[in-house]
Amino acid sequence: MENVWLYLLILLLKMIGVITFALLGVPVMVWVERKGSGHIQHRHGPLYVGPFGVMQPIADAIKLFLKEDITPAAVDRPLYFLAPIMAFVPALLTFAVIPIGPHLQVADINIGLLFVMAISSMGVYGLVMAGWSSNNKYALLGGLRTAAQMISYELILGLSVVGVLMYSGSLSLQEIVKAQEGVWLGFIPRWFVIPQFLGWVLFMVAAFAETNRLPFDLPEAETELVAGYHIEYSSMKFALFFMAEYVAMISISCVMVVLFFGGWLPLPVIGPIVESILPVFVVSYLMPVVWFLMKIGFFLFFMVWVRFTFPRLRYDQLMKLGWKVLLPLAIFNVFLSGIIRMAGLT
Amino acid sequence: MQESAILGYLPILIFFALAVAIGGGMVVVSTFLGRKNPNPEKISTYECGMVPFKDARQRFDVRFYLVAMLFILFDIEVVFLYPWAVLFTRFDPVIFGFVEMLLFIFVLLFGYIYVLRKGALDWS
Repeated sequence: MENVWLYLLILLLKMIGVITFALLGVPVMVWVERKGSGHIQHRHGPLYVGPFGVMQPIADAIKLFLKEDITPAAVDRPLYFLAPIMAFVPALLTFAVIPIGPHLQVADINIGLLFVMAISSMGVYGLVMAGWSSNNKYALLGGLRTAAQMISYELILGLSVVGVLMYSGSLSLQEIVKAQEGVWLGFIPRWFVIPQFLGWVLFMVAAFAETNRLPFDLPEAETELVAGYHIEYSSMKFALFFMAEYVAMISISCVMVVLFFGGWLPLPVIGPIVESILPVFVVSYLMPVVWFLMKIGFFLFFMVWVRFTFPRLRYDQLMKLGWKVLLPLAIFNVFLSGIIRMAGLT
Repeated sequence: MQESAILGYLPILIFFALAVAIGGGMVVVSTFLGRKNPNPEKISTYECGMVPFKDARQRFDVRFYLVAMLFILFDIEVVFLYPWAVLFTRFDPVIFGFVEMLLFIFVLLFGYIYVLRKGALDWS
């Protein structure tokens, strides 16, 4: 009986840790995005709230909490209130299976990757519900575009990981990380990005489209749709969509790092050197989390970088790219990795 | 074995409850915080400052529907590929599993080319 309580206590601590990680990532990410975009565009970005403007996202959050919560008269009320929650919950729920470290994972289920794919695709319901229930033409168009875009690119996301599964032989995210242990030729890490380079590129492009980031942010293309599906939302309900988007960005970066960049495994070359200096306790408990954070940090910065570098695609270009270029490529990748894997076995 | 597998999902259920509590909590809190001062102009549908005309409940492009249908088709293909990929190295001989899946992909590729030729994926 005592063991059960201990188990539950540890579980609760893990959950608090993971949720804090996910939710604290949002203000950090907002700051990086605003500061990064500022410097890319040769301006300063947030400057006044806290040192280097780091407290700006917190100030924004307080402002959003205290804003007037307007409910337009024409909306479909039950769906209108449910939509932000429906958008936010799946984004956060994927964190339940993401291994932040060898021990820091809420649930190591043996179908982890399938769970991530299934839950992350649920997010589209929230956005479509928001678009429809707002009873606004812009919102409806934004919602429909989101739905079509997300389901199209979900196919590519799903197909691009098939190659990884051929190597890992398991759907458990912890097992996938462990399958990438070791090095080739003494210094090249056995990360799946090397045998699965095409798969990673496809995953990356699909990840941008799934999180509605530029160059694929058509659902909320402000120059034509004003704001897209969340146009009629204000106050914290708007903030929930905003948070859902950022949490989804962080979670898809986590999944990408787990699948292609060895998750919490140390970085090549500098990893072993750093770990040989530090005490054993730190190496086994703290360093995996540090490596993981460094890796996802890089990809999150990459997302900001891309956003302010590339122009937005047109909608027909987006669908053409998805269905006519990336989908055949993804199928070809399955075929190619099958051949390479067979050659590796014999 | 069966029992422990189901028990492994318990943390996810608790996590789900927490996520709903956070999301729902924010919606509830924001309805109480902040002033409430609605007027007919403020709560009218936003249309760039114009007086809204008609409803948003109108017909929309059938291609969205078409994409959804095609998605279902191809998504099921992806789901079928997962167990095959996981077991890939365990086929005996490996080439057997590979060729079998090639046939499956070939059939779907045939469908894909048909859809492409019919112009179902043209958006311009």
